Amino acid sequence: MSVRHALLALLSEGPRYGLQLQQEFTARTGEVWPLNVGQVYTTLQRLERDGLIESDDAGGEGQQKTFRITPAGGREFAQWLRTPPGTMPPPRDELVMKVLVARRVPGVDVHELIQAHRRHLVETMQRYTRLKEDTPEDDVALGLVVDAELFRFEATTRWLDAAEARLARFPAPHPNGASEASVPPVLTPEVRP
Amino acid sequence: MTTASGPALELRRVSKVYGSGPAEVRALREVDLAVRHGELVAIMGPSGSGKSTLLMIAGSLEEATEGEVLVEGVPLSGMSSDDRARMRRRSVGYVFQDFNLLPGLTAAENVTLPLELDGVGVRTAAAAGVATLEKLGLADRAARYPDELSGGERQRLAIARAIVGDRRLLLADEPTGALDSVNGETVMRLIRAACREGTAGVVVTHNARLASWADRVVFLRDGRVIDRTAAPAGPESLLTPGPMT
Ligand SMILES: Nc1ncnc2c1ncn2[C@@H]1O[C@H](COP(=O)(O)OP(=O)(O)OP(=O)(O)O)[C@@H](O)[C@H]1O
Ligand SMILES: [Mg+2]
Repeated sequence: MSVRHALLALLSEGPRYGLQLQQEFTARTGEVWPLNVGQVYTTLQRLERDGLIESDDAGGEGQQKTFRITPAGGREFAQWLRTPPGTMPPPRDELVMKVLVARRVPGVDVHELIQAHRRHLVETMQRYTRLKEDTPEDDVALGLVVDAELFRFEATTRWLDAAEARLARFPAPHPNGASEASVPPVLTPEVRP
Repeated sequence: MTTASGPALELRRVSKVYGSGPAEVRALREVDLAVRHGELVAIMGPSGSGKSTLLMIAGSLEEATEGEVLVEGVPLSGMSSDDRARMRRRSVGYVFQDFNLLPGLTAAENVTLPLELDGVGVRTAAAAGVATLEKLGLADRAARYPDELSGGERQRLAIARAIVGDRRLLLADEPTGALDSVNGETVMRLIRAACREGTAGVVVTHNARLASWADRVVFLRDGRVIDRTAAPAGPESLLTPGPMT
């Protein structure tokens, strides 16, 4: 989520001070997605320049300016809500790269590496689950954010499980010898059309 | 015995071999595991890695080929089979991978049976049964037979049966396998709550999200413990990225 739309979202509920916007965003996401004040003020300036929000410049004191959303900002926000998020995978997923590389580097046990990443993921998930457990169930916002992170980590652990099974069936190609292509087709039923 | 403060469950260098000769399967190899009262441990590992075997041995439903199992500090090998049966009935709640519900009993009867076998009066048992079914959202299914329940309801019933009464040890094999993520979480919260009250819990799962409810996670592969999570950190550490972010 862009900071831009996060701020439009908060302002669509009513006018806010800049500092208030930063505190509310952080509080509502259970501090899982922190946002710094600098980011907030730069983004507010741009939103105002684009006519999506306006401020009452009354006192002139930057910190105490009140911001409100304009009709154009309201339309922009409504459209953003319905726009599907990007479904393209992030370029060069780091974990995928590490496993691909490890598989070919002599002296690296790719299974041990996968397990190390799996353990790290599970330990991280334990901390998120503890956070969820310690939060009242009616804190809906925090529940939503924490679940999103947990499901994302879970997906990664499942990829690791699948990767491990795949690598067990097709051990690493010899660094400068036989390539994957030389594996007899009979051993690779899943790639046949 | 003076070991009351020790672990609720302890496996010492436990190995299990099924069959012999060419059919021999080494299902567990020198597994060490200790679970304290109040603690929940999750076991993860690929299919065939020995997870169910470990749980069966921990609950004395299978015997170890080598090594020792202690429940509340008492070695199972030193108990008479009567004592073992009583211990299983009284202190251990199981959730089996295939549920093992009794088809001729209603949902309510399935839950109260372990209490009644244990000498608890019918009324007290019935009240405890209703309360437990309620916790699992099954109160309105009490009079149904297992084959009149959905897969997820059967699974929750198996959990109700395992947590009813005051169990010292809770052993659950994929307790959320047939459940959607919401009911899966309800079940993990209940297991967690039982552990908070002093039960020692062991949960087998291949799902990392469910395993993350545990205090510790033990990873099995080919019958061996290959890894364990570090001591749990508080949620405050979430904002300080670890070494592998
Ligand atoms: N009664 C038995 N006789 C012979 N072999 C058995 C028996 N029970 C289990 N095994 C074997 O022991 C190994 C471990 O089985 P176990 O059921 O403990 O695996 P698991 O980790 O629970 O797998 P899953 O995730 O598929 O449930 C497997 O190779 C299995 O085939
Ligand atoms: Mg099993």
